[in-house]
Amino acid sequence: MPREITYREALREGLDEELAHDDNVIIMGEEVAEYNGAYKVTEGLWKKWGDKRLIDTPISEAGFIGVGIGASMLGIRPVMELMFFSFAYVAFDQMMNNAATCRYMSGGLIHVPIVVRGPANGGTNVGATHSHTPENIFANMPGLKVCSPATPADAKGLIKTAIRDNDPVYFMENTLLYGEKGEVPSNDECENGEFLIPLGKADIKREGTDISLIAHGRAVITALAAAEILAEEHGINAEVVDLRSIRPLDEQAVLDSVRKTHKAIYIEENKPFCGIGAQISSLIMEQAFDDLDAPVLRITSSDSPAFYSPPIEEAQLPRPNDIIEKTLSIC
Amino acid sequence: MAKKTDETQKSSFADDPINKKLSAEEKIELLRQMTRIRRFEQTSLKHYQGGAIGGFLHLYIGQESVAVGSISLLGDDDHVITAYRDHGHALAVGMSMNECMAELFGKKTGCSKGKGGSMHYFAPDKNYWGGHGIVAGQTPLGAGLAFALKYQGKKGCCLCYLGDGAINQGSYHESLNIAELWDLPVVYIIENNGYSMGTSQKRSSAHPEGGLAARAEGYGMAWDKLDGYNIYEVRAGVQKAIDRAHNESRPTIVEIDTYRYKGHSVADANAEKYRTKEEIQKYMTDHDPVENWKQTLIKEGVITEEDFKAINKAAGKEADDSADFAAKSPYPDESEILDDIYWEVDNNTAAGRTGTHFFQP
Repeated sequence: MPREITYREALREGLDEELAHDDNVIIMGEEVAEYNGAYKVTEGLWKKWGDKRLIDTPISEAGFIGVGIGASMLGIRPVMELMFFSFAYVAFDQMMNNAATCRYMSGGLIHVPIVVRGPANGGTNVGATHSHTPENIFANMPGLKVCSPATPADAKGLIKTAIRDNDPVYFMENTLLYGEKGEVPSNDECENGEFLIPLGKADIKREGTDISLIAHGRAVITALAAAEILAEEHGINAEVVDLRSIRPLDEQAVLDSVRKTHKAIYIEENKPFCGIGAQISSLIMEQAFDDLDAPVLRITSSDSPAFYSPPIEEAQLPRPNDIIEKTLSIC
Repeated sequence: MAKKTDETQKSSFADDPINKKLSAEEKIELLRQMTRIRRFEQTSLKHYQGGAIGGFLHLYIGQESVAVGSISLLGDDDHVITAYRDHGHALAVGMSMNECMAELFGKKTGCSKGKGGSMHYFAPDKNYWGGHGIVAGQTPLGAGLAFALKYQGKKGCCLCYLGDGAINQGSYHESLNIAELWDLPVVYIIENNGYSMGTSQKRSSAHPEGGLAARAEGYGMAWDKLDGYNIYEVRAGVQKAIDRAHNESRPTIVEIDTYRYKGHSVADANAEKYRTKEEIQKYMTDHDPVENWKQTLIKEGVITEEDFKAINKAAGKEADDSADFAAKSPYPDESEILDDIYWEVDNNTAAGRTGTHFFQP
């Protein structure tokens, strides 16, 4: 019987294992220790690992993210929790200048092995300030790595890899996925006794032949739901490609899928302007133009700040029906 | 602006144990270091004006005693980080004039291979963590370095320098709160040269009567105010803060009054408009830290005027030689543009080889 755990538990398991794996790993952020995490991702870890490894911070994102970056220069491997990735904007100078450019400006003398993780999603009726999806903003900056897992297994495998990576990794989760269950292999079932997923490696979440639905984050789950309906009701066999990691990017997986299906839609909960889909469209246009039977289409969140009113906000985000309609327009 | 130090205090700083134990050679070394910084800066100014150096150039002339005095106190587990006026600290921690000048010239032989420029010198092997361009952006990093030292159980500290203009940035205040809350061994050294770029302290900073460092009281943090004119005073005062960091793992803010003779940067066209020529001249004649230390050592019988001339001449030659070295060095190659961005790529690890890292069309 395969083991099923939630996305939240999978993250916690990954964090716990990395705390055991390396004494220099610490977890720092608002409410991560005694409160057990605002979204309970770190629940129980403070009790197990104590004050030295689990550190509650004041509400000072610029201050504590900067402390983490400084500490990482001397060999600490801080995993910084942002209660919401929206709060990265208060720490923007630290995250864009100090974490991303110190290596370059020092001619390679310094590296910053830091992870900044937290939920980066809308759809929870908390208004625009708490609903930002900045994966495209951070992935735009050379020196940074960005990933966005959609499933519990990817959440665990990627967080462990992110912590071991020697570059800054911004790890974007989703509060709507924290409670979702999925299969995650136990360590006994893994070849080397542990479950790691490399950054820069996409995953085919559903094999198909008629169209490539390419996505990251929760949009992958939406795409999978749409793919089932497309198969059942329209006889269209869609392939769902989950990027998992945005930078580094598995360009080959995208191109391979498009060369097979000849049609592509990018689906994301990010904004449309210079979003991840824009980058992927450009990639496909430049490198697989002759393989295309239709223009590459995009489905994004609406090009507006997040609406508070619950039914309207739901309409702002990609829904299975949006994907079905767009698919039918080219299939 | 600078606190008036009377003669009794001056002699008491000289008698401080940390200064008492200075050998004649060590005293001369302090003079040599300050002189080297001054000559380096004068030489870099000449070559900036000659067009060999681009961008910004924030000169340290007038402030030499602060970096030299405080860095002379450091041991193996003590670390240094500063802002963009970073040449003085770089030379004081032992970086060579050649690598520093070559960086200004944008050459491959520069300390950052020409990638950082004037504001971004680094030498982790000398516990020197930059060289940071954004005002106060380095202040949380300083707390972070101190955090790491404490975490690793080392008896060390981080001297984190900032200008008086930086004290109004939020990141600095967040750092102070965290440093005091977590008992971090960091010493914030405010190099108070009186001006945040072209805005005088009076027009930029609200602060208690005691000065800029006195804001520490809002965080329950220890603080001190020193006169950078006298390197004995800098050393005695900063040593107390270092002792507090080493022995009690507690932070301190030390404000050191000083003065920059040149503009905020060489591009500061108004350097003699927001300050009067008389004010600048007064500092140069009455408050020059290099001249003061030279006179002190002559009075103490440690050196003669001739000895100083030799030190000055050697420093000038070293600076000129570094400019020659920089001029003759090659520029970086365009093939180096994508190096030093990702550690994993640079080191050709499995992670560095997985997925596309660069998106050059």
